[in-house]
Amino acid sequence: MSGFTKWRRSEEASGWLLVSPTLVYSILMLAAPLAMVVALSFWTQDYLQLDKTFTLKNYIEAWSEPIYQTLMGRSLKISAFVTALTILLAFPVAYYVSFYVPQKRKPLWIFLITIPFWTSYLMRIFLWKVILGYNGVVNGSLLGLGLIEQPLSFILYNQNAVVVTLAHAWVPFAILPIFVALEKIDRSLLEAAEDLGDGPLRRFIRVTLPLAMPGVVAATVIVFIPTIGDYVTPRLVGGPNGLMISNMIELQFKKANNAPLGAALALSAMFLVSVISLIFVWLNRKYLVGQK
Amino acid sequence: MTDPIIRLSGIDKFYGDFQALYDVNAEIRTGEFFSLLGPSGCGKTTLLRTIAGFEDVSAGRVEIAGQSMENVPANRRPTNMVFQSYAIFPHMTVAENVAYGLKARKMPKDQIATEVATALKQVGLEGYGERASHAMSGGQRQRVALARALVLKPKVLLLDEPLSALDKKMREQMQSELRHLQRAVGITFILVTHDQEEALTMSDRIAVMFEGRIGQLASPQELYRRPVNRKVAEFIGVMNFLDVSVRAGTAGTFDCEIAGLGKAVVPAEQAPGGVDASVTAGVRPEMLTILSGENARSEREASGVVEDVYYYGDMTYYDVKLDGVDHPVTISMRNTAGRAVLSRQDRARVGWGAESVLLLK
Ligand SMILES: Nc1ncnc2c1ncn2[C@@H]1O[C@H](COP(=O)(O)OP(=O)(O)OP(=O)(O)O)[C@@H](O)[C@H]1O
Ligand SMILES: [Mg+2]
Repeated sequence: MSGFTKWRRSEEASGWLLVSPTLVYSILMLAAPLAMVVALSFWTQDYLQLDKTFTLKNYIEAWSEPIYQTLMGRSLKISAFVTALTILLAFPVAYYVSFYVPQKRKPLWIFLITIPFWTSYLMRIFLWKVILGYNGVVNGSLLGLGLIEQPLSFILYNQNAVVVTLAHAWVPFAILPIFVALEKIDRSLLEAAEDLGDGPLRRFIRVTLPLAMPGVVAATVIVFIPTIGDYVTPRLVGGPNGLMISNMIELQFKKANNAPLGAALALSAMFLVSVISLIFVWLNRKYLVGQK
Repeated sequence: MTDPIIRLSGIDKFYGDFQALYDVNAEIRTGEFFSLLGPSGCGKTTLLRTIAGFEDVSAGRVEIAGQSMENVPANRRPTNMVFQSYAIFPHMTVAENVAYGLKARKMPKDQIATEVATALKQVGLEGYGERASHAMSGGQRQRVALARALVLKPKVLLLDEPLSALDKKMREQMQSELRHLQRAVGITFILVTHDQEEALTMSDRIAVMFEGRIGQLASPQELYRRPVNRKVAEFIGVMNFLDVSVRAGTAGTFDCEIAGLGKAVVPAEQAPGGVDASVTAGVRPEMLTILSGENARSEREASGVVEDVYYYGDMTYYDVKLDGVDHPVTISMRNTAGRAVLSRQDRARVGWGAESVLLLK
């Protein structure tokens, strides 16, 4: 048998065969455009004219201009808040479903948790506009109850609104990995902790939480990475002070006619996200050591 | 005799409609090695868990060291448990596992270190403290679980089938180690097992359970020699059962006609459950002898045909069909020098005595 035939029949070959459609697709749809963006970021644009001489000008501008620094910092900050809020909201739900819902009803609960996905993302953002708006549900109720005299304006068209809206959108994604991690905890470990003298709270801190950490880290990564780049939500509910880096990237590509700077900004954001994700991957490794 | 360390009175336990424990009463003595023995699903784990505080009783009470355990949660009971799965914390080292309970008690750090070292030494894991717990073998994990519980010096140590996951050799080694450890630390051990040999060799006393009830609570010797009923007798060792017709005899004895063996006068204490139409005669295999050679004599004799021979080197087991009985009895013989081993279809003279016959319901 020739080496090639042998290889073709090997497990490795069938593995490649299995992933190849996805591989081709992602090379075409992801790697190629990405390469374009990378190239673009080292060029310059003069109105509609592309100057293809290599330059670092775009990067220097992206990292030194205060406006870009502010937007980048704000994006990181908003993402961090969204992630924290999402995890805080998701953990109790995941905990409840894992520990208190009877085994045979868990699939139903998980199914219910995914219901928000049935409506489009855009629709949900508009709903939040309705809820948080000047004449919206929150203000209406508070006014009706006589708790406030003027409609609250700080709840829409600012960063708070972005955080709330994004957190709501991402909670289901965070619940699932945390739920899976909690499900994997051997319940006899919890009994052992109790048997050895811990009350419910200390047991949670010393056993449940550390063992749920892989799920929490996964949820953090899942939420943090895409929210940094989100631009629909800040655009619709963020107001002028709630804009994020992606809104700026969009602006550069379209209105400002400066695609190279937009590309440089996009890649800078990607770089930051990668660094942060790597930290999380490393954290996860650390937590996963010792757990099977 | 000191006061019992544990007193169980009238314990019922329901899971929904299903009753797992029926009126369990027992006293466990301070410092003894006590076993709960019974077939799978008879409620051993359930009973152990009600003692540990993981299950509430539906009726009755659990007292430990003279105090009612009603409304006392597991973390405040003077008991510790070695779980069947060992329940070693995977995110901690061996030493951290052992230190877990001491930390919960807020013991100072340096004292914890000494205690942990002592406990690890006690179970033969000296120097393993810094190992990740997942890097330990099954037997080693079990020792970690043991050290983790013993280091807290509980009044009672509860062990739920701690040896069932080990291979035979390891299990036998751990059996003797556990026994030695128990004597050394002087803590009351309650061991759950479904292995009657394990219970017999390790325990001071055994409670045999069937379907949520304690069938008999006695020392290993008493359980083997004087089982109170047919069920217990069948579960502990091997017992031959033969049909019997019984008439009351003189002065606390019964006149018996045992199928295949013959007539015997059996004292009343060999009929622990009394006598009625349902009673059968039970004889242990080693209480029957194959009489070989012309000169071998016994108090009483019966005869039969050898159906099967199982030769074990030191022992030979025979299945013998006694004349007039349709199922064979098992007879065990020690292979002493010069004793012939019979073959299949040989006729055998079987010696027996009335003192080894039990009348069981
Ligand atoms: N949480 C529970 N809910 C309902 N029934 C239960 C529960 N726990 C145990 N049972 C039932 O109670 C009975 C006794 O169970 P238990 O676990 O005490 O048996 P066991 O003697 O320890 O058996 P094994 O040797 O197989 O471990 C079983 O019939 C079991 O199905
Ligand atoms: Mg059990």
